[in-house]
Amino acid sequence: MKKTGSKDNKKTKQVPQPLKVRKLEIILVSLFFTVLTFALIGNLVVYMKRDSQEAINNDYNPRQELLANQNIRGKILSSSGDVLARTRVEENGEEVREYPYENLFAHVVGYSTRGKTGIEDSENMNMIFSHDSLGNKIQNELSETKNFGDNIVTTLDVDLQKISYEALGVYSGAVIVSEPSTGKILAMVSKPDYDPNKIPEMWEDLLHDDESSILLNRATQGLYPPGSTFKIVTALEYYREHAGDVSGYKFSCNGKYTQDGNTIKCFHGTKHGAVNFKKSFAKSCNSSFANMGKDLDISSWQKTCDGLLFGRELKTQIPYKKSQMPLSEQDNLEEKLQTAIGQGHTLVTPLEMNMITCAIANQGKCMTPYVVDRIENAKGDVVKRYQPKEEAVMMTPEEASFLNEMMQSVVTEGTATKLLNDSYTAAGKTGSAEFSSSKDDSHAWFTGFAPAEDPKVCVTIIVESAGSGGEYAVPIAKRILDTCYLRSQMSNFEDNK
Amino acid sequence: MAHVISDLSKYVIAIFMAVYALECFLVLLRKEENEKSGIFIRQVICMFMVHFLGFAAICLETGDPSYIIFYGFQEILLFATIALFRVVYPEADRLLVNNMCMMLAISFVVLTRISYDKSIRQFGIVAVSLIIGLFVPGLIKRVALVPYLTWVYGALGVVALTVVFILGSVTNGSNISYTAGGITFQPSEFVKILFVFFIAGMMATATDFKQVFLSAVCAGLHVLILVLSRDLGSAVIFFVVYLGMIFIATHNYFYLFAGLIAGAGASVIGYRLFSHVRVRVTAWLDPWRNIDNAGYQVTQSLFAIGTGGWFGMGVYQGNPSSIPYVEKDSVFSAVAEEMGVLFAIFMILVCLSSFLVCMKLAARLEEAFYRYVAVGLGITYIFQVFLTIGGGTRLIPLTGVTLPLVSYGGSSVLSTILLFSTIQGLCGIRRQERDYYEDDAYDYEEEE
Repeated sequence: MKKTGSKDNKKTKQVPQPLKVRKLEIILVSLFFTVLTFALIGNLVVYMKRDSQEAINNDYNPRQELLANQNIRGKILSSSGDVLARTRVEENGEEVREYPYENLFAHVVGYSTRGKTGIEDSENMNMIFSHDSLGNKIQNELSETKNFGDNIVTTLDVDLQKISYEALGVYSGAVIVSEPSTGKILAMVSKPDYDPNKIPEMWEDLLHDDESSILLNRATQGLYPPGSTFKIVTALEYYREHAGDVSGYKFSCNGKYTQDGNTIKCFHGTKHGAVNFKKSFAKSCNSSFANMGKDLDISSWQKTCDGLLFGRELKTQIPYKKSQMPLSEQDNLEEKLQTAIGQGHTLVTPLEMNMITCAIANQGKCMTPYVVDRIENAKGDVVKRYQPKEEAVMMTPEEASFLNEMMQSVVTEGTATKLLNDSYTAAGKTGSAEFSSSKDDSHAWFTGFAPAEDPKVCVTIIVESAGSGGEYAVPIAKRILDTCYLRSQMSNFEDNK
Repeated sequence: MAHVISDLSKYVIAIFMAVYALECFLVLLRKEENEKSGIFIRQVICMFMVHFLGFAAICLETGDPSYIIFYGFQEILLFATIALFRVVYPEADRLLVNNMCMMLAISFVVLTRISYDKSIRQFGIVAVSLIIGLFVPGLIKRVALVPYLTWVYGALGVVALTVVFILGSVTNGSNISYTAGGITFQPSEFVKILFVFFIAGMMATATDFKQVFLSAVCAGLHVLILVLSRDLGSAVIFFVVYLGMIFIATHNYFYLFAGLIAGAGASVIGYRLFSHVRVRVTAWLDPWRNIDNAGYQVTQSLFAIGTGGWFGMGVYQGNPSSIPYVEKDSVFSAVAEEMGVLFAIFMILVCLSSFLVCMKLAARLEEAFYRYVAVGLGITYIFQVFLTIGGGTRLIPLTGVTLPLVSYGGSSVLSTILLFSTIQGLCGIRRQERDYYEDDAYDYEEEE
């Protein structure tokens, strides 16, 4: 042993020298485990900062009940503070969830009586937490009442929601109104609808209803053939494959297009005559777009769709379905031509269409759609504010401004001339999507924005089984955009006063 | 009103814990004894405040004052431990004593909150363990034979694990504990210490290839029996401790890398061979999809931590009982849920400081055997902390090990107190070594 050696030295009267212990490895090992420990802490902090909010909002978390026993579920408010959902405590202590606007916000706000949907679901945890002031909490404690849970302030606008809801009328379908620069959802309507106050009474019927799928939020979860609105995508792909120069494009339309035995007809067999690129887009000429689609490179086209978030997970908290563009190299020419005009097997949600439109309106940048602006405590102090987030850069500013110009031509000389007016410039694309080979019916689509030079709102509309987009969807868009315009005039007026 | 007070106490408790943790690292940097003394006293105050506030909240929330009596006994035990170590072993590391008592105080609060009965039982075991622990440093210092029983440690360890493996498998299919006379032992907890002594003995004798190989065979045997007994957590700890000790003893990077590669290979084989390993990995990769079965424990743990938030739900205001094995494997999540994530982070830092004390001590011990023991025990402790907390926070798969000193379980707490006491014994050895040179008027402080 080393020490015995030292003792021998002592006997010979030499001064014992402490042994030099080699410390390098000890320091390395210490460092290694210190790093491991900090990894624990780092992981914990990341979980708390990034994932915990979403993780704990889970039916398997038994603490929801615990919190619900301590706090009264908070309210859901519109952007200007109108109550969209609140909890009334009856004299016997029973709590009743009320929705003052009844059917109007049914899908986007959701319900919380039989399971949870919509904002009632996604913000559940936040509403049963209470960040009330200490004074109030002490008062509640003394009077033995529950604390008020935090309130959810949404981005929703009651007036726009009403206009959208009324304009859709008796039709099934969906309307989304959003702000392209932030991704804020201003209105979101889905029909058929229901009165969330009456969920307990109608629950049995709903369970047995397979046909109308009334509980489905069609705006974000309804998958529809895009029809001619998909020509936005085809146009973008064609523009990309031709290096941004489409001035040389010419086509002569005689109402139909035939290639290798496959025939594509224009809507109602209309003959568009000689068309260039812009006119093809404005008039929504199927024959011309089939002609463009014939030579498109499928893998590049897939990449473009991927960039537009087809088949991708979205960052939004709103429940959604993934849109799909399943065209592949193996498909035959017919499928390719059909895809180019928005038929084929492509399926999109109104939300997806709205996001593409927002990107065009926002110089190519798509912001993540969101409905919750902030969380406030019962006193109105902000607990947490959600910031706009970038979802994806879908296209370059040049591509966006090209598509913007194309979409303006739809209003000035194409299928959406009903939107032409002296007050503001609108831009958009109509669609009439055939959804059944046996029927002549089509879903009416419109997606667009205004004012075209500095877009403030994007609207996306689908009216199920109505007919052509120009006839059924565009008037709804007009009512919404007119309202927005009037309100902007009002606020300008107020500002200048 | 009671509710509001206990609600406020969680902020205060976090502050005291923060101060305590900060002082842990200040003391590691200080050299002057009188400066350190002030810190230790402040730490004791913080510890008693955390303990007091925890029990105050329990009394207020339950409205049951009988907890005060229990609290009183705990307070006496903690105080006696600190005082006795100070008197009997003046050379003992006071930070380590404080840390041990702090973790025990947290344990008293969180276990009482989870189950009063279990907590009383645990308190009895802790008291007995501390009494036993008080004799250990003296034994280490005085029994000269300790460094020379290498093969006894190794053989005892293997036999103990084998007995449990055989008897355990007869009685329970897949168990790691053994019941005799109404008391359940979990021998792997004690074998951890024996194993460290064994490797230290091997490496102190010689560090040539033959010795490394022999110790590797014996270490492999330990690990194999543990894997077969399904005690994966302990198996991994033994492996990591072995690697760390060999690396420090031989200064040989080749052994380190060879060991790591062998470990990686063994993990893959283990994954292919044993379904219980695969289940844990699946639950770790996607707990949300397996929330009903394999992922249940980790998701419940994550709910607890996440819902509690930075400052926690407050003692007695959460729902820790919904986490499976909350008083054992998942006790960290219970602490985080009710006392807050910040509190929990400071607790991790306290564990880290205990480890650093061991390593600092190792760097100063001259006799190889004791140096390696300090290293081995330090690694055993911190790596177990890493496994249990990492498992509960989904950094790594769950391995089912306890949080030393905090979790419920007699074997776990007794073996950890023995571990801490052994380190205190090494402090005594270090003092002997130092005195030896000081006799010859060698100014050792310069060396530091």
